[in-house]
Amino acid sequence: MKADSNLKKVLTQNVFAVTAECGPPKGADPGVIKKKGNLLKGYVDSVNVTDNQTGVVRLCSMAACAILRQEGLDPILQMVTRDRNRIALQSDVLGASSLGIRNILCLSGDHQSFGNQQQAKGVFDIDSIQLIQTVRRMRDSGQIIGGEALSDPPELFIGAVANPFADPFDYRVIRLGKKAAAGAEFIQTQCIYNVKRFKEWMKQVLDRGLDKKVYILGGVTPLKSARMAEYMSKQVAGMDVPGDVIDRLKGVDPKDQRREGIRIAVETIGALKEMEGVRGVHIMAIEWEDAVPQIVEEAGLYPRPRISEE
Amino acid sequence: MITAERKPMAEIKAMLAPYRKILVVGCGTCVAECASGGEKEVGLLASALRMDAQIEGRTIEVREMTIDRQCVYEFIDKLTGVADRYEVILSLGCGAGVQAVAEAFPKMLVIPALNTTFIGETKEPGLWVENCRACGDCKLGYFAAVCPVTRCAKGLYNGPCGGSKNGVCEVDPDTPCAWQLIVERLENTGRNDLLEAIYPPADWSRQQGKGPRKIAREDQRSES
Ligand code: SF4
Ligand code: SF4
Repeated sequence: MKADSNLKKVLTQNVFAVTAECGPPKGADPGVIKKKGNLLKGYVDSVNVTDNQTGVVRLCSMAACAILRQEGLDPILQMVTRDRNRIALQSDVLGASSLGIRNILCLSGDHQSFGNQQQAKGVFDIDSIQLIQTVRRMRDSGQIIGGEALSDPPELFIGAVANPFADPFDYRVIRLGKKAAAGAEFIQTQCIYNVKRFKEWMKQVLDRGLDKKVYILGGVTPLKSARMAEYMSKQVAGMDVPGDVIDRLKGVDPKDQRREGIRIAVETIGALKEMEGVRGVHIMAIEWEDAVPQIVEEAGLYPRPRISEE
Repeated sequence: MITAERKPMAEIKAMLAPYRKILVVGCGTCVAECASGGEKEVGLLASALRMDAQIEGRTIEVREMTIDRQCVYEFIDKLTGVADRYEVILSLGCGAGVQAVAEAFPKMLVIPALNTTFIGETKEPGLWVENCRACGDCKLGYFAAVCPVTRCAKGLYNGPCGGSKNGVCEVDPDTPCAWQLIVERLENTGRNDLLEAIYPPADWSRQQGKGPRKIAREDQRSES
């Protein structure tokens, strides 16, 4: 029963890891999650489940993770601090572990004003770094905030995110260092389109030796069209889609743009595989989960390793 | 200062509808500075009410009065002997002023004319910005005098989030990213040592406590 995180096993055995993202439905049907999970099964090592992403109410991440686990996948529970205070967060951390969920990704979350509950009170009792620290202390010292002891500590592989494309640029790596110091073990980055800037960031990561402290998984999102690329570039906060990527998509017939988007994603993964310090890829094919198997295959990352249970 | 904005006229009128004798009370401190509840605004609002009644053919009696501070009893006392000649007090004080006046006159109806908004500064004429949420545990010393609790949309103690771009906040492009300011000011003031510090979870009991907070100081009491 006490299975370890598959993601952790893959990473500790020095295999280039593949994770993908699964967005839960705006409804109570478990079938949607099972379907998405089965599309990804065998092609990825672990699956992230988003937590009411962009402040839109969806089926909860914990339940979706439990369903994915039943389906034989290794889920990564995304947990944002926007909606729950420290009582609820710590309680959910215990609950997740009790359900056999073995990975957690700690985030602050998108602001509630972006979503479909704009009049909601944003909680932000603690922030992502404080959440990382909290989960780490619960796991390693068996203590909750304030020091009280747990009867049984949770078992979780602890992750966080990093955005190399946000500002202030030079502070980004410092913030990554803070996340590592707080106790993060793996990092998934924002979608990479600007490979040059990502490389600059990775150089700073290597200079500080942070690649030795955390496993870094580069984020990749296939673009469906030139329009999507333009939208992401202009409308999505903290996203860097350079003009040449947009032009490349514009240069092909609209009906072939999806194909081109996949090609770009595969090339990006190719570049990531060569980059020192990058230990895997995180594919976020938003509402396009069926693109993942193709990308994984074309990137030469299929089949995924079967890590034996010890 | 405490800032406030006047409520929409329709809302004020609806609340005042049943009454004919109205005492409009302004406050000469914070809300005068932010041009929402001082003597001038009291005059404007009272005239508007009178004119409105005239147009609609109602007779009302409106008296204007502005006191130095609606949140301090010795100033509120100026209303004694006047207030009870009216059916209702329309207060242009902040929320604290409205309640202090109501407490001083247990039998008087007191209605707010303002929406109290925040603690802030006058940035330029006609522009007020929020910069303190009275968390009860001021940490400005660690954040280069830029408050993350108030000025970061997510109240991040260990920011900036991934949405900070070109110096502005992802939530509102008209607002500077507090963390961009914090990082810049820490560097400019030679406090690079604080850039890597991890701040532990805040003690919100200092802000939320056990309900309303109070400050009791014996030294101040014994003097009066
Ligand atoms: S840290 Fe607290 S007291 Fe200080 S400015 Fe911010 S909210 Fe106000
Ligand atoms: S962009 Fe800056 S101010 Fe806005 S939420 Fe993020 S860290 Fe806070």
